[in-house]
Amino acid sequence: MIKLFASLLSAFGMILAPGVAFAANQLQLSSDVFVEKQKQRADGSVATILEEPNLVTPGDKLVFVVKYKNNGAAPAEKFVLTNPLPKAVAFNGTSDGLEVVSIDDGKTWGFLSNLRRQEVDGKSRPALMSDVTHIRWNLNRPIAAGSEGKLIFRGIVR
Amino acid sequence: MNIQKQSNSAANSVNYCLRSSLFIAAALGSFALSSAAIAAPTLAGTDIENIASASYDTPNGPVTIDSNRVVIKVDELLDVTVTSSNPGDVTTAPGSTTNVLTYLVTNTGNGNEAFTLTANVALAGDDFDPTLQQIVLDTNGNGVYDAGVDTVYVAGSNNPVIAPEASLTVFILSSTPATVVNGNRAEVGLIAAAVTGTGAPGTAFAGAGEGGGNAVVGTTGADATDSAFLAVQAATLALVKSAVITDPFGGDRPVPGATITYRLVASVTGSGSISNVVISDPVPASTAYTAGSITLETSALTDAADTDGGSYNGTQIRAVVGTVPAGQSRTVTFKVTIQ
Repeated sequence: MIKLFASLLSAFGMILAPGVAFAANQLQLSSDVFVEKQKQRADGSVATILEEPNLVTPGDKLVFVVKYKNNGAAPAEKFVLTNPLPKAVAFNGTSDGLEVVSIDDGKTWGFLSNLRRQEVDGKSRPALMSDVTHIRWNLNRPIAAGSEGKLIFRGIVR
Repeated sequence: MNIQKQSNSAANSVNYCLRSSLFIAAALGSFALSSAAIAAPTLAGTDIENIASASYDTPNGPVTIDSNRVVIKVDELLDVTVTSSNPGDVTTAPGSTTNVLTYLVTNTGNGNEAFTLTANVALAGDDFDPTLQQIVLDTNGNGVYDAGVDTVYVAGSNNPVIAPEASLTVFILSSTPATVVNGNRAEVGLIAAAVTGTGAPGTAFAGAGEGGGNAVVGTTGADATDSAFLAVQAATLALVKSAVITDPFGGDRPVPGATITYRLVASVTGSGSISNVVISDPVPASTAYTAGSITLETSALTDAADTDGGSYNGTQIRAVVGTVPAGQSRTVTFKVTIQ
């Protein structure tokens, strides 16, 4: 938990003090979106496949893939990846379940199961996936030079 | 988390996702709970933009970086539903015109879409086919057909454009053939079809969607129909007259001085009702009307032309009966004396 807070603090620090230019090339980040479609096989069974998002309509399931690679010579410490969720997309989980989320545009963070949403009438209810505005991963280990990985989350087009 | 040997192909992503299918199932379950809170679908043409950002520490200090920006445009989903808004059968009568059947057309897609409307009066399996008069759009939105106010639909020239999640009330006006009989029913269907295109779910129309994207047929096939029914309620009035003679000697012979009690029974059969029923009968020659003898059911009516509906004008009796529902009868009696 202490480590997590340390990462959070450094993440906020980041926003105030943008990174230096020469270091920006060290780590590469790429974002991809796929749409999940159901295709019927010849035998009648249904296969789930990922397609390029050529045709996207409300209710479609999207898979967001964020890849990172350390091209530099030094390890990247306290790696924090943040992905604001597009407004038209409702959060639908990650593949690892290790993320923290925000339901208030990045002001506060926590595991979804620990967050509560304040209603207009003053009451609060447990936060739902559809409340999520931001997703964040705090990787509590260095990313060695040359190593890479990806983080995956899912969403449903509202 | 680290995938050391990574390829950039989508196939790799598929494998990765399939491995986590159990988690996906759980996630879908909780989404179903929250979906009720989502009011309207994302409008066609909306861009979904995604940028991830990362921060990390290097020996030279902290760094933040952004990913590339991925933009996908939400395409137009073509979906429509039609429901009959009539609480039940709409009653009609032989030869009647302007029977109004009411339907609700709802755009369940996510773009402003024009729809063609077609009435089908010749559906099989019913008793008669009404004649289509007009399809009318509920322009003033009050849900009730207003002749001369609501706009008559002309296919191709004023196809209604319905906003996503919005509904339009549509009326089908028809006339009933004179040959129908009580109890006949007619099924009348309204078909609404998206102008952009219809077809099997998933059929796509490149570039045809609102907002510059594609259009794709949703689960409804982008066309829908529902039926409403007309039911003929024809009532028939029958009048039966009978007479009972009472002679002054305690018998029933028609001799001078004998009293004849006439009994007029108006019976309504079929269904519905008949309104403004008036029974009148001339007093026969060689008889004299017995003053104050008119009765309707168990009530006595006065001879004067007043509010009780009974009258005698010197030549005939008259009783205003009013509306008689099917299956009921009304009995009027009066007396005369043989001269």
